[in-house]
Amino acid sequence: MQHMRTGRGADGVAALDVAAVSHSYGPKRALNDVSFSIAPATFTVLLGLNGAGKTTLFSLITHLYDTRHGSIRIFGHEVGRSPGEALRRLGIVFQARTLDLDLTVYQNLSYHASLHGLGSTEARRRIDALLAQVEMSDRLRDKARSLSGGQMRRIEIARALLHRPPLLLLDEATVGLDVQSRAGILASIRKLVETEGISVFWATHLIDEVDDGDHVVVLSQGNLVAKGSVAEVVRTTGTKSIGEAFSKLSHKAPAAGAEEPS
Amino acid sequence: MSPLPAKAVETEVAALPAPGFGLAAYLICLKGILIREGLRFLNQRERFISSLVRPLLWLFIFAAGFRQVLGVSIIPPYKTYVLYEVYITPGLCGMILLFSGMQSSLSMVYDREMGNMRTLLVSPFPRWFLLVSKLLAGVTVSIAQVYVFLGIAWFWGIKAPPIGYLLVLPALFLAGVMLGALGLLLSSMIKQLENFAGVMNFVIFPMYFASPALYPLWRIQESSPLLYKICLANPFTYVVELIRFAFYGQVEWFSLAVVAGCTVLFLGGAIIAYDPSRGLMNRKQDTGGNA
Repeated sequence: MQHMRTGRGADGVAALDVAAVSHSYGPKRALNDVSFSIAPATFTVLLGLNGAGKTTLFSLITHLYDTRHGSIRIFGHEVGRSPGEALRRLGIVFQARTLDLDLTVYQNLSYHASLHGLGSTEARRRIDALLAQVEMSDRLRDKARSLSGGQMRRIEIARALLHRPPLLLLDEATVGLDVQSRAGILASIRKLVETEGISVFWATHLIDEVDDGDHVVVLSQGNLVAKGSVAEVVRTTGTKSIGEAFSKLSHKAPAAGAEEPS
Repeated sequence: MSPLPAKAVETEVAALPAPGFGLAAYLICLKGILIREGLRFLNQRERFISSLVRPLLWLFIFAAGFRQVLGVSIIPPYKTYVLYEVYITPGLCGMILLFSGMQSSLSMVYDREMGNMRTLLVSPFPRWFLLVSKLLAGVTVSIAQVYVFLGIAWFWGIKAPPIGYLLVLPALFLAGVMLGALGLLLSSMIKQLENFAGVMNFVIFPMYFASPALYPLWRIQESSPLLYKICLANPFTYVVELIRFAFYGQVEWFSLAVVAGCTVLFLGGAIIAYDPSRGLMNRKQDTGGNA
């Protein structure tokens, strides 16, 4: 049995292990001594209001920023020391759109496949399968520019899965999408956890995206203010729902800049 | 929601390839970056046309007008008097490489602002390899532009020895890598797209005009000893001379050494700058960005 409190799989290795991570932008502390781990094959929601530190944490996990205080491990591989091994186990959907609008869907996906060393035959096989999975097979030859916001997101999710990562990170993946697209994307990602056994780390500030069975990590002003199952967080905060708990936690946290990193 | 049994995860993890990448995977990655850069260039026809119009304007209008004013004496590698158009052609080749290198730097800043750059930087391949691949892709595209320009010039009657078109290729490649590496280094220092106008004013134009691209160095020395010294300190001077001599099957060794040295310097600087643990990107983290 895997559990958020231990955050590790049967073999003792966590899908993602964040240990005592702090990060600053000049004098402004964006993350303050954040520690948590998530178990393999679980759906974990990273909750936080805008400016809570979610994007900074994602930039550290994806090695866009260097982790100067603390350590981050992906399936046991430390991001700072062996970024290649860590990154090949990671699929990422960034908050900002990252498709090349002048290229077709196929060219975008094929480019990503090459960035993971996948040969053209294997890449084509996986692209076809994933596009079928996200119901976008008919848009293979269309320019990314011609897609709607929701369709672009689905292509980005297919792209993130192309190299078959066991851990998928999504940073505010449903921002700017209509209700139907949001629900569709969230459902398909949840299905991946069940059918493929991959771990999902889903950052959002939208509380209605949290399910009762999820694990949550709550950030507020750079501080980790809660972690555990939804039931545990609701119980420890003495509230009636995760929405109430999130609201309470987001408003009582001390400013990250007020504390020194450990 | 109950998690899947650990066995499913182990199967998934085991499906990953062995640690590290083999040579074939590196070549696939390089090929992918080359294709993407080529496709982007072909999709941006305006960029292709403007990259050709600039040197052609210099060749057809500026050079034709100044042919009588700016006489060129017999200086190596020329064995006889040459038309002014012939003299400035190597400099115009250098100009294409210079603008292309800076254009590539502009696209890096644009990609970084738009988020496309992240898809490259989160690849599991070493960051130095990704940057070198990106650089080589840009150089390949710019060399293609140079040859299209040379083709048009040939039809205009401005011709180098036929073998020169082949012999100049290594010089164009090395020069392209140097200028592309400079562009990469600059892109790591430019935080916003708006700041790129400064590159035009403070890098491209001074480098181009303070060089023997348009007039021989001896002529510059006669009119301004200070400007002559500035020209000697300008790496682009050596790019132009390396290309000029290569057209005639000669190697200007000092220029080769300077261009090679600058390539190592600029490329090393760019790799350090884009390394999250060592470079300038880290300094940027400390000064801004979204939480």
